[in-house]
Amino acid sequence: MASVTDAELKAMTQEERVTALGMRTEQLTGKSLHVEFDPDAEERFEYPWAPEVDFNKRTEIDCDGKTTTEVNSNIRSLMEEGYGTIVLQNPRGMHSLGVGILSKLNLIIEGSTGYFAVGLLDGPNVRINGRVGWSCGENMMSGTIMIEKNAGSTFGAALRGGDLVCRGSVGSRTGIDQKGGTIVVGGDTGALSGFMMQRGRMVVCGNAGKNLGDSMYDGTIFVGGEIQSLGVDAVEEEKTELDVAWLTRKLTQYGMMPEKGVDHFKKIVAGKMLWNYDNLEPSEKKLIL
Amino acid sequence: MAGTQYRGSEITDVDQFIKDADGLASEREKEIGQHIGYRYDVNLVPDYNRITPFLTKYMETMGWDDLNWLEDVHMGYEEGKPAVFDRNNNGWVRIPDSIELPDNQQDRDMIARELLIKFQMSDRHPLVSLRKAYMKFG
Repeated sequence: MASVTDAELKAMTQEERVTALGMRTEQLTGKSLHVEFDPDAEERFEYPWAPEVDFNKRTEIDCDGKTTTEVNSNIRSLMEEGYGTIVLQNPRGMHSLGVGILSKLNLIIEGSTGYFAVGLLDGPNVRINGRVGWSCGENMMSGTIMIEKNAGSTFGAALRGGDLVCRGSVGSRTGIDQKGGTIVVGGDTGALSGFMMQRGRMVVCGNAGKNLGDSMYDGTIFVGGEIQSLGVDAVEEEKTELDVAWLTRKLTQYGMMPEKGVDHFKKIVAGKMLWNYDNLEPSEKKLIL
Repeated sequence: MAGTQYRGSEITDVDQFIKDADGLASEREKEIGQHIGYRYDVNLVPDYNRITPFLTKYMETMGWDDLNWLEDVHMGYEEGKPAVFDRNNNGWVRIPDSIELPDNQQDRDMIARELLIKFQMSDRHPLVSLRKAYMKFG
């Protein structure tokens, strides 16, 4: 594998590359890879392919007259040149801005964005000084996103990791299918927030709409205001001391700590009544039907 | 009837899934021969009093004030062995026997986070080859 150069790989077809790199196509269903950690592994904090960027090296991109693809490609090129802070001017509601950034970066967007802004991130810190449309931060793996105003529906859809913060209010289905990470909402959230949530945490400082946490499988939702109604299998649970410490830390960190503290926050979790994942279920259902 | 009550078992001991690799504690688990649910508490939030110097350095490098995505990383157990789920690899990575396990989940989680970072950032991670083979641009 080490004998193949990058130039040689580039000249190959995908199939040839796979073979040359010694990758297998066998099915691993039901088996584990049995990979073990190396306790003496080197201390490294970034992916091997991540560009070396300096947070103190700053530049701007004017989005006016550019397509989304051009702006996003421009961000990548500037990161390759070592820029660690990039400011986007005049976004004017463009969709899919700043998506797929897979290493550290400070990205500042001076204005509002359309739908699917800053999705698929793995590492950057983003500040949006405006509003965002649907599905901001969807599928984020790690990093932080701070929105200064309000956000649309499906905020943080399928979020996997990192912190997604909105100082204002957000639409419905916030954190739908959330698989990890933390969503913080300074204002209210709409109906069906936390729908089919699987893990992660959601903090709503204001009120929550109808059917909060409907069909959630796991994860935790903290609500500081009123909950219009809980969804199927969402139940209230007592907060632990660790929950209170974590909530206090998180809200203080983003300057969103309510004046009356966090003691009034309700904690919502899955009742686990919908956990039907065992082998006998199909045969039992057949018997019933 | 299915779906009307939780029929899995509760986690009561930090070594529960090392002592009992199958994890068949409840009646239903015994009946179906399958553990129900996770083998660790996915909702356990980190105790920042137990953070390690390595993780503090990682947070500083990334410009984060907390553990960020690592808040969701815990030490789990696969086939009676301690392991960590690596989402980039979509599989469990085992803790070597040479590493002594602390007696509480919080300290175990910090070890899991450290090891996972070192593995994900190393050249031996499967994503390095996958990127070379399948990356569409770059």
